[in-house]
Amino acid sequence: MRLLFFSTLLVSAAAIAYEILLMRTLSIVQWHHFAYMIISLALLGYGASGTFIALSKGWLKPRFELAFSSSALLFAISMVASFVLGQRVPFNALEVVWNPRQFLYLAVVYLVFFVPFFFAACCIGLAFSFRRDYINRIYFFDLFGAGLGALLIVGALFVLLPQHALLVLTTLALLASVLTGLTSDARKPLLAAQAICLVGLLLTAPHGGLALRMSEYKALSQTLQVIGTRILTVSSSPLGLLTVVESDTIPLRHAPGLSINTDFEPPDQLGVFTDGDSMSVITRFDGNLDTMAYLGDVTAALPYRLLDKPKVLILGAGGGADVLLALTNGASNIDAVELNPQMTRLVTDTYADYAGYLYNDNRITVHTGEARGFVAKSDKQYDLIQVALLDSFSASGSGVQALNESYLYTAEAIGEYMQHLSAGGLLAITRWLKLPPRDNLKLVATVVKALRDQGVDEPSKRLAMIRSWNTATLLVKLGDFSADEIEAIRQFARSRSFDTAFYPSMPANAANRFNLLEQPYLYDGINALLGLNAHIFIDDYKFHLAPATDDKPYFFHFFRWRSLPEVMALRKRGGESLIEWSYLILIGTIVQAALAGAVLILLPLARIKRTWPAGTSTKAGSYFFLLGLAFLFIEIAFIQKFILFLSHPLYAIAVVLSGFLVFAGFGSAFSRRLTRRVELIHRSPVTVTVAGIALIALLYLALLPVVFDQLMGLADGFKMALSIIMIAPLAFFMGMPFPIGLSRVATSAPDFIPWAWGINGFASVISASLATVLAIEFGFSMVVLIALALYAAAAALIRE
Amino acid sequence: MKLNTTIRLIYCVGVLAVSMNAGAADYAKARTNMVKEVRSFASLVREDGQPPLSANVMRVLGTVERHEFVPPIHRQAAYANRPLPIGYGQTISQPYIVALMTDLIQPSVGDVVLEIGTGSGYQAAVLAKLVKHVYTIEIIEGLANEATDRLARLGYTNVTTRLGDGYYGWEEHAPFDAIVVTASATHVPPPLIKQLRPGGRMVIPVGGHFMTQQLLLIEKTSDNQIITRQMGAVRFVPLTGGR
Repeated sequence: MRLLFFSTLLVSAAAIAYEILLMRTLSIVQWHHFAYMIISLALLGYGASGTFIALSKGWLKPRFELAFSSSALLFAISMVASFVLGQRVPFNALEVVWNPRQFLYLAVVYLVFFVPFFFAACCIGLAFSFRRDYINRIYFFDLFGAGLGALLIVGALFVLLPQHALLVLTTLALLASVLTGLTSDARKPLLAAQAICLVGLLLTAPHGGLALRMSEYKALSQTLQVIGTRILTVSSSPLGLLTVVESDTIPLRHAPGLSINTDFEPPDQLGVFTDGDSMSVITRFDGNLDTMAYLGDVTAALPYRLLDKPKVLILGAGGGADVLLALTNGASNIDAVELNPQMTRLVTDTYADYAGYLYNDNRITVHTGEARGFVAKSDKQYDLIQVALLDSFSASGSGVQALNESYLYTAEAIGEYMQHLSAGGLLAITRWLKLPPRDNLKLVATVVKALRDQGVDEPSKRLAMIRSWNTATLLVKLGDFSADEIEAIRQFARSRSFDTAFYPSMPANAANRFNLLEQPYLYDGINALLGLNAHIFIDDYKFHLAPATDDKPYFFHFFRWRSLPEVMALRKRGGESLIEWSYLILIGTIVQAALAGAVLILLPLARIKRTWPAGTSTKAGSYFFLLGLAFLFIEIAFIQKFILFLSHPLYAIAVVLSGFLVFAGFGSAFSRRLTRRVELIHRSPVTVTVAGIALIALLYLALLPVVFDQLMGLADGFKMALSIIMIAPLAFFMGMPFPIGLSRVATSAPDFIPWAWGINGFASVISASLATVLAIEFGFSMVVLIALALYAAAAALIRE
Repeated sequence: MKLNTTIRLIYCVGVLAVSMNAGAADYAKARTNMVKEVRSFASLVREDGQPPLSANVMRVLGTVERHEFVPPIHRQAAYANRPLPIGYGQTISQPYIVALMTDLIQPSVGDVVLEIGTGSGYQAAVLAKLVKHVYTIEIIEGLANEATDRLARLGYTNVTTRLGDGYYGWEEHAPFDAIVVTASATHVPPPLIKQLRPGGRMVIPVGGHFMTQQLLLIEKTSDNQIITRQMGAVRFVPLTGGR
């Protein structure tokens, strides 16, 4: 039996690790938003395997070892096969608005990645179904393995590329297959199959068969097409795959917002791509700042014209471009914050010579950490806080980021930045200019909210914005702009053919003079956002401009349902950039998850003979459906909440998923005892657990922002441990309603049990993506409140 | 042979067979329909008083064989008013955008035009039928070679292609009456502005692949003043109620 326990642990660990690995891999070869699809896929695997086992019980039971070992083997094989095939499906997310066939490809991607999760879930399901005497220990090893797997993969990704980490996971599954196969009657054919699998793996892996195939439309793929371009180094961590590219024939010349009438050119640069996109550059620097003169002619140089030798904080140091900007423009002291230590090492070590030992300058201190966390724990005041422009224009322009949460651009973030400004200090944020305007106006709306939240009566006296043809730089001052400063802004803009979009008391005729827009969109928009009827302007605008907050940190989300018919009609007239395809893909994912769930989980169950009492289907069915939705809603909402605290989506997913798994498991194990105790006092156990869930969830909604604020500066390891401790009580209670309901069904309608599992699985499959849509539209807090309402409805159903 | 290569090959052969069956008459009909569609959109877009797309540009759009500029696998969609992949992670622009860009530079028969970003060569081919000579530069070797061969095969003798860096323009043929920049850049290369003849126009589509967000038009006046305009490719007023 020990072998079975250990095999269960191995399969569980490999399954959750594979889930996280796929999220990482798809972020690299496609984009970040596939995370929700992968969670849904894993759940679909578990749901479908439940149905499969329920329907094939008679055949599987006498062949338990063979079935477990074969499932583990097929899991190992399909992990690799799906990894390779999934990347070969010609799915092109950018083409979704043009080519409906892309949704078909998306469905193929979905089904390809479903297979390994199905086989992994079969192993666990078989153990639960046919080794009931050891169910508690199997459950423990399942959950312990899952927790271990999440940590293992995060650790492994620090030292291994995703395709190499895949081999480790395959080995785990193969080992599980070998261990359980040893006690099977069919161990010889099994061993032969396992050996073939191993040989196949050894033959494929070294020949690049597992190499990542990045979308040809990602910035890195595009750059590598250019003559004379080559990859210098690749480094990987859970925070991103960094690829350094040199282009010796055609220089990169990355200079966003450079004046059209400048006399200067950017020097040589190395491109640093994160996950094949978001290029940052390391600029060749020999210590002579004259070679950086072009940095005086970008819109982001504006704040330096208003400040004398400022102390500067740069959020998002990247390859050091903004640090050079600050140095060139006379900063006396620079603190630069960068999330990814591998990025910093490129400048300090690997390419230190190329970068002119930039970070050795005693005016510069580079800090590794998350920007919000750094600001929260810092007690320093700065003359200038500069938020760097690190995302690429094409990513920004194509709606690829619409589902990316960003805690850099929320009202709470702006508020914190302002608190770290010295008197008269400036916050400077440069963004790409999109037309019709979206980002730039949403940024202003967010800043205005932050200022009003801090009690500023007239935000209009503290704002200024200039724009080139492709960037806009917003300044927010701690205090009112003086007449001299306004004159300096005008002078800076005029001499470089930049337009002033806003400054205090700016006359309408000062707008739109150099880069002529069809209308002075930004001037009009900013004035409207500062006016009394700002809320009407935001309501009427065809893009989503409401301020981003920590509860709705979707700064890049501009989609409005009511604009969809108009923008779809305009796509053939050049209006395709008005559509955010990643949002449409999310909706597509929900639809296909529902279809796949119905076909793979529910439809086969129709074969079960209906022997249960009348009304069971509706009542018990609704109960398990509501639980499936509610559990995932809370889980997804907390993953999102913890992204702020843990600095990166992958950390949040790993920690929150394993936290929920382990402690929901403990809750589940405790549920029988709780039921006994609560029934003694004539209360419904579900009502009691739902009350517990509601109490803790509401408490967290109120307290988590404060707790995060206080603890943000701690080391990552501490924060992960604290996160698990915080999740524990909530997950513990959330683990109870399902087994309580199941034990009720077991006594009143035992044949309904597979349906209970199936319906719950179906709800889970759609809820991961549904929760994201609800969070984008209504915020995380609302998702949690909806989940609590669903739990309450479930409790009401079962109480009667 | 790898499985996916085999599948792809079978698919390509199938598509090729279908494409070959589509005769010149079919393509001509599809092209006429495409022009009709582009024209109907243009008149909708230009209801704010600007002139509709020039008849000359529309006439040329109706004669350039777009299906020759897309990979065989996409030939059936060659005359759909949409961008199409041409390999190397690049796209051939939506015909509507090509018409709009061509119209914006106001081409005339004596003009010498520089294009940065040859791509498949379709934009150069359209321009070649409207102006005296087109010089076009491409930074992707495969595309440059294919476009050179294609333009020569189709008889575009007044197009000269080059593989290389477009940042410094093409000094020996400057100044240019118009410049079309289809390669993406974070800034407008100053040398290109210098190579624009007084009274000349430069147009740059801004946005990602499959997504033209706006068009940047740079005009150099007769006294060397630079005026830039940014226009949405589409008439989309972001406020409701016409405010």
